[in-house]
Amino acid sequence: MTAIHKEAVIVGGGPGGLAAAVKLKQQGITDIIILEREKQLGGILRQCIHDGFGLTRFGETLSGPEYAQRFIDLVEQEKIEYRTDTTVLSISPEKHLTAVSPQGLLEIDSAAVILTTGCRERTRGSVAIPGERPAGIYTAGVAQTYLNLKNIMVGKKVVILGSGDIGLIMARRFTLEGAKVEAVFELQPYPGGLARNVEQCLNDFDIPLYLSHTITDIIGGARLEAVIVSEVDEQKRVKPGTSRRIECDTLILSVGLIPENELSAGASVALDPRTGGAYVDENFMTGVEGIFAAGNALHVHDLVDFVSLEAEKLAEAAAKFIRRGKLPVCGIKLVTDKNIGHIIPQSISGTKDVTLTLRVGRPLTGGALKLQQDHQDLLSQKFIKLVPAEMIEIKLAKELIKSTSEIKVVIAHE
Amino acid sequence: MNRRFTCIVCPNGCEITAELDGGKIVSVAGARCKKGGAYVRQELTCPRRTFSTSIILEGGKLPLVSVRLTKPIPKEKIFAVNELIHRQKAQAPVRIGQIVLENVLGLGSDVIITKNADRLS
Repeated sequence: MTAIHKEAVIVGGGPGGLAAAVKLKQQGITDIIILEREKQLGGILRQCIHDGFGLTRFGETLSGPEYAQRFIDLVEQEKIEYRTDTTVLSISPEKHLTAVSPQGLLEIDSAAVILTTGCRERTRGSVAIPGERPAGIYTAGVAQTYLNLKNIMVGKKVVILGSGDIGLIMARRFTLEGAKVEAVFELQPYPGGLARNVEQCLNDFDIPLYLSHTITDIIGGARLEAVIVSEVDEQKRVKPGTSRRIECDTLILSVGLIPENELSAGASVALDPRTGGAYVDENFMTGVEGIFAAGNALHVHDLVDFVSLEAEKLAEAAAKFIRRGKLPVCGIKLVTDKNIGHIIPQSISGTKDVTLTLRVGRPLTGGALKLQQDHQDLLSQKFIKLVPAEMIEIKLAKELIKSTSEIKVVIAHE
Repeated sequence: MNRRFTCIVCPNGCEITAELDGGKIVSVAGARCKKGGAYVRQELTCPRRTFSTSIILEGGKLPLVSVRLTKPIPKEKIFAVNELIHRQKAQAPVRIGQIVLENVLGLGSDVIITKNADRLS
């Protein structure tokens, strides 16, 4: 067993962890380590071979592996210590970590712990699809691992349930690899992924997208043979008489992502049921002093560029925490109305300018996004259209904040 | 006549309405930046796309290495270029930016490696 002490331990070597590490080092925090459970750094970007990454961060469009490599190169240049093949087993509220690797057990005490553990996919179990349990049912990310990393083709006749971005991207990948994608079915009356992905991954290849549809039965013995799809009404109830059978050997599920927070729970970090990630303040510090979270572990992002930017902001705050041992109290709570799915951060200090990130719960057209405190508008931002697939940013200048009362984030319809 | 487009230039995915007279664009509305107008013009004359895929990596630590196009190609050439790419193999080690196919099918776009992969030692 090895026991060490660090100023900062970064759990997860994906885009969030890499950006946080580089920024910490640039802020003068040198005694840091990244722990990554996979064999290489880079996280999920290693299998996201499509392009479109980096437009915000680098002003050019890159594939996932290229985007990750830019940060890996910086980690190498800055001589930041990292260990791959190393899984963190537990974190205590006192910031003691236990990790395991082929070299054995590793015990670390750290001044700050940074959680950049990413997210995981919802599975068939999470959406409770009835029917048989044949082979041939994969989440989109698992199929992506097989196709893009392991050179294994998982099927030839594919149905996709859910129109999240990974599902849309995989529809195009399957088509280019010679499979026939029969259709994409989405429970909601609107697509889950970005409009550009519906256009370039489905429409370009004449793959139909059926909204307000779901799978109501799975048929097959050893291998999937068919699925039964049905239309649903506004209350998501199956419409009688709308069921039809579609022959397929593969079902891909792209039915949502959940921040990965098993370690947070063990560290007594409180989780926001709306995001599935930690409650954080403007410093990205969780309810446990010295434990920070950013990236998809905090809330599921639309673009990796925003993961990097968020992790860098976290690192700036964490560097201050490491130097001073504390950060300003964030007593102003942010609350939202029912139109808003979630907001990050959930509390602020009122002493600095902040950028709030939120998602709407359903598509909204024509209105204004308002911040209110003590029944007065702090700011109002008009919009034409807001969709749940996209993250929305609001900049709030400290001069606008009048008191320590809670700030309400509301949608006003025109 | 009005035609609607979903711009694919960036993740905003602006819904653009173009007013057309024959093949000519009279007006463009709904784009949040000037790239939207250019996108519509391109969609009307020669729609272009990029795509990514992977090729076999021989002697490498990974069985595959990812590749992409450096510039968009005409949409109708996607399958022809895809087929040509799939006949290529790379020898480890490979580095990001290494060219697999130069000026593929004379379309002005290169196919490049997008992942560093070492030799299996």
